[in-house]
Amino acid sequence: MTSTVAEPIVVARGIHKHFGHLHVLKGVDLEVVERELVFVIGPSGSGKSTLLRCLNRLEEPNSGSITVAGIDMLSPRTDINHARQHIGMVFQSFNLYPHMTALGNVTLALRKVVGKSRAEADKLAHAALERVGLADRAGHRPAELSGGQQQRVAIARAIALEPRVMLFDEPTSALDPELVGSVLAVMRSLRESGMTMIVVSHEMGFARAAADRVVFMDNGLIVEQGPPAQIFEQPAHERTRAFIGQIRQH
Amino acid sequence: MSAWEHFLRTFFNAEVMAKYLPDILRGTVVTVELAALIVVSGIGAGLLLALIRSLAIRPVNWLIIFVVDLFRSLPPLVIIVLVYFGLPSTGISASAFVSTWLSLALVLMAFAEEIFWAGITSVARGQWEAARSTGLSFGQTLIHVVLPQALRLTVAPLTNRTIAITKGTALGTVVALHEILGMASSAVSNSYNPSPLMMGAAAYLVLFLPVVVAARWIESRFAWKR
Repeated sequence: MTSTVAEPIVVARGIHKHFGHLHVLKGVDLEVVERELVFVIGPSGSGKSTLLRCLNRLEEPNSGSITVAGIDMLSPRTDINHARQHIGMVFQSFNLYPHMTALGNVTLALRKVVGKSRAEADKLAHAALERVGLADRAGHRPAELSGGQQQRVAIARAIALEPRVMLFDEPTSALDPELVGSVLAVMRSLRESGMTMIVVSHEMGFARAAADRVVFMDNGLIVEQGPPAQIFEQPAHERTRAFIGQIRQH
Repeated sequence: MSAWEHFLRTFFNAEVMAKYLPDILRGTVVTVELAALIVVSGIGAGLLLALIRSLAIRPVNWLIIFVVDLFRSLPPLVIIVLVYFGLPSTGISASAFVSTWLSLALVLMAFAEEIFWAGITSVARGQWEAARSTGLSFGQTLIHVVLPQALRLTVAPLTNRTIAITKGTALGTVVALHEILGMASSAVSNSYNPSPLMMGAAAYLVLFLPVVVAARWIESRFAWKR
């Protein structure tokens, strides 16, 4: 890895999020530099998905500041729809549009948000589907695709917009084990192309091989972070150790 | 005369039918015009209300829910009578045609709003989130992602409701509207023979059977595998 430039592209400071009386994020700071792959792990309910969803404002933080690619995400003057073009997101349940083909799923935002013509959008979408290895499935509806293929279309839908950052919210959790590999392979090639990625996932093997940094969250706070080897082999905190031990047993 | 012949003479009297056919046809034209107006304005207004409701502006939604519940609970006949006999006292007078149109359109609007709203809310939250995460606006998400999925779910209940309410055009007889049933029943009183009523029934069949069949076709066209 040649990461000479270390410009922070995502800067989140003091993020608090309440759901009713539930205090889900209790002042989280996260900084991610360009071309970095950051893994966020932690027990369910630790706030890792909420943190991710705050970054593109699918969730509205109660306080704190978030800057992505130089854009103040929480400012009322920010055109959120414009800002979100720079932040791709991949969901656990794929969330493909069932009434559209794979190609239609990828071209929608290209046409309606970026303003490409249908021909241009089709060309870009074909290229994106090619990158996830699904050029031959462009005309298929989501229901005609396997889970792994659906998730790869979802990745194509996000990368077609040429985002500066990609957010992955448990991208392989809903997949049958034999389909996980195809999605991880696409994520690995994205990583090699220099994409900045924040990944909420428990794919330890992938984290070990590809992540620059692993962030462990518990109870709405970042407990510790560091290179994968350090977090997985010599965690400093007891809670981290317990969590790593638990997911190892699976 | 056998019982069968007697039956035919009473209910399918050729002479009477020939005499009143033009009336029934004129009534049919009125019913078709009225039904078309009710369907277009009722469904259009219902969809509009559902879209406004999706903006989630609380006081506006309370108003929508109140209006919708009101028109869903009042019998259409009562609404027609109120509009026709009640409106003139406010200085506006509506013809029998307009009263029936307005009343039934409001009823269809109320039911259509509920059906559209149910369709919109049944679309998974993940669809909204995926679309918004790519930078689509609220409106674009609604139009390109949510509505196409919601409408598919609404076709069957909406068609049933639409047919039920447009058949209610027959209620226009209470305000002396010359639609099919009105024409048929005055023909019955003039001829002392129920044959015109059978013609009226036939006219309703000719009008609504194709609609039912078309609905079935639309439903299968809108379906896609999940």
